[in-house]
Amino acid sequence: MLLNVTNLDVSYGAVKALHGLSLEVDEGEIVTLIGCNGAGKSTTLRAVSGMLRPRGGSIAFEGQNVTGIASHKLVERGLSHVPEGRGIFANLTVAENLALGAYARKDRQSLADDHERALVLFPRVKERLKQLAGTLSGGEQQMLAIARALLARPKLLLLDEPSLGLAPQLVQLIFSIIREINKQGTTILLVEQNAHMALAVANRAYVLQSGEIIKSGPAKQLLDDPDVKRAYLGA
Amino acid sequence: MQTLDYAIPGTRPTQPGWVTFVPPLAVLMLALLMHYCVPFLGAYAERIMTDMAIAMIAAMSLTIVNGFTGQFSIGHAAFMALGGYTAAWCSYYFCLRYWGQTAVVPGTLFGTHQLILLCCALIGGAVAAGAGWVVGLPSLRLRGDYLAIVTLGFGEILRVLFQQTNSQALSKPELANRPLFGSDPTNPGWVFPPGVGGSLGFTDIPKSTNLFLCYLLVGLTFLFAYRLKFSSLGRALLSIREDEIAAEAMGVNVTRLKVRAFMFAAFFAGIAGTLYAHQSGTTLRPIDSGFIRSFDIVIMVVLGGLGSISGALLAAVIITGVTAALLGLTDYGLLPYRMPVFALVLILMMIFRPKGLFGVHEIWDYLPQFGRKGAK
Ligand SMILES: Nc1ncnc2c1ncn2[C@@H]1O[C@H](COP(=O)(O)OP(=O)(O)OP(=O)(O)O)[C@@H](O)[C@H]1O
Ligand SMILES: [Mg+2]
Repeated sequence: MLLNVTNLDVSYGAVKALHGLSLEVDEGEIVTLIGCNGAGKSTTLRAVSGMLRPRGGSIAFEGQNVTGIASHKLVERGLSHVPEGRGIFANLTVAENLALGAYARKDRQSLADDHERALVLFPRVKERLKQLAGTLSGGEQQMLAIARALLARPKLLLLDEPSLGLAPQLVQLIFSIIREINKQGTTILLVEQNAHMALAVANRAYVLQSGEIIKSGPAKQLLDDPDVKRAYLGA
Repeated sequence: MQTLDYAIPGTRPTQPGWVTFVPPLAVLMLALLMHYCVPFLGAYAERIMTDMAIAMIAAMSLTIVNGFTGQFSIGHAAFMALGGYTAAWCSYYFCLRYWGQTAVVPGTLFGTHQLILLCCALIGGAVAAGAGWVVGLPSLRLRGDYLAIVTLGFGEILRVLFQQTNSQALSKPELANRPLFGSDPTNPGWVFPPGVGGSLGFTDIPKSTNLFLCYLLVGLTFLFAYRLKFSSLGRALLSIREDEIAAEAMGVNVTRLKVRAFMFAAFFAGIAGTLYAHQSGTTLRPIDSGFIRSFDIVIMVVLGGLGSISGALLAAVIITGVTAALLGLTDYGLLPYRMPVFALVLILMMIFRPKGLFGVHEIWDYLPQFGRKGAK
């Protein structure tokens, strides 16, 4: 098991955001977390990547307890988070943003290869290397954010709403790239509003509601689940 | 796999080994040039060029904190004063002990006193860096205005502490009779509280600062800041300024790097302070640690563009030059207008060039033939 979250409790002050959330991600999988606005999806990712300290419960990465470990250390261990809103460094160039993606890496040898690999996936980013990242379009910024996270060579990539605010064709493109990244050996935990696409690309899925997992199973199976259909697929 | 057709930031293109020695040699040449040419222009020019060098080092060092890292510090003069006082204490008492006097032969390029000055600068810089560590710690929790107030407070605290120091031992016999510790007014210690003159100021510091050392250190500070800015560490500092949470997500240890930025900046401020303390005509006073001097340096950094090293250099030259010009026109009584003029300049700049003269870029980014980085 690559990631093992058990009984996670997270609160923002008095507001309880997650209670007793458990989930697992196996090596090589794409797992998706779907749910309504405010269900706690982003909160889950933030807790896993160490940006939030959970009240209770535990998080194990590669079998080791990483609960409460700072996120910059988790990046070194191979857990990268592309946050909601992308976190692009607007006043730095695209190339500098990419270089920061590789900041935590100790091995500099294969750096050029990894740049190449990331830029082959995102040719539009490659065309704009010298541009200030803040001047990229929303979709290009999302691509840059993913490309940048790949340069840290993550074993597990947490993606928070990669399709947010993108045109339909671009959504298709992003999802096919996500599948490609997964094929190249990166495990992915994907949070999405676009449940259709997410369930189509994922192996397994969890449905989150008010801070609790209410359903889980193979993605194909949830795609046909009547409750899920009604609540999240708008059918 | 095909090769990349662009240089990954942070990876250096391969170059012949001798290229590494070009920048330091250029610095050395500049320093020698300054030392041998400026005296022809007279003592006044020498004085102004020294002031400019000190301002340049101070402004470049503040750029590391305010410009690169985006932590707004307005207590930089305190680090200068601390470094200056520390270094001056070391060199003054050293000279007094060994030679019974602190006179320096003027015009020397690099004599014993300059060597002592360099050593003391390192000590002063190190002590200032230690203080930078202390001041850096609150910056982990505070932001913007609140951090500014802490740094301001640090300067004021230091100012009061300097006022509480003992009077200085003025001669070798007096030094021999003094105890090491104690604040008895009739027979005060010289080590602690240090005998650096209290509110009367610290005088007769060896006047070993010369143009050679000044511009050597300007050059070295520039090389450090420049290499830092375009290194992986420097990019990490810039990322903190841009977005702390995203920086953390890149694996940047935001906490540690913020403190480190403060320490780098304080170290070079301590060196600037050392040069200032050993300049001819200086009496170190507690007020040197206060807000007014800090504000001058902040103006330089903001005017040059937060994050622009060459911008800070240019602004340091302009501000020092304008001050000197106003001083030169004493007959007209213009000096009191210094602050209003600078305030006006800052207001105009906020309207017409809110990111300072050069923003985060360097001057040469704006020259079309060399424009490599995304300057607009
Ligand atoms: N910083 C915060 N302070 C207080 N409450 C917060 C904070 N961040 C999130 N919350 C609350 O926690 C709950 C879960 O938020 P979260 O951002 O995880 O939702 P989400 O599932 O990602 O929603 P969306 O799909 O809209 O992004 C919400 O009720 C939200 O109001
Ligand atoms: Mg969210």
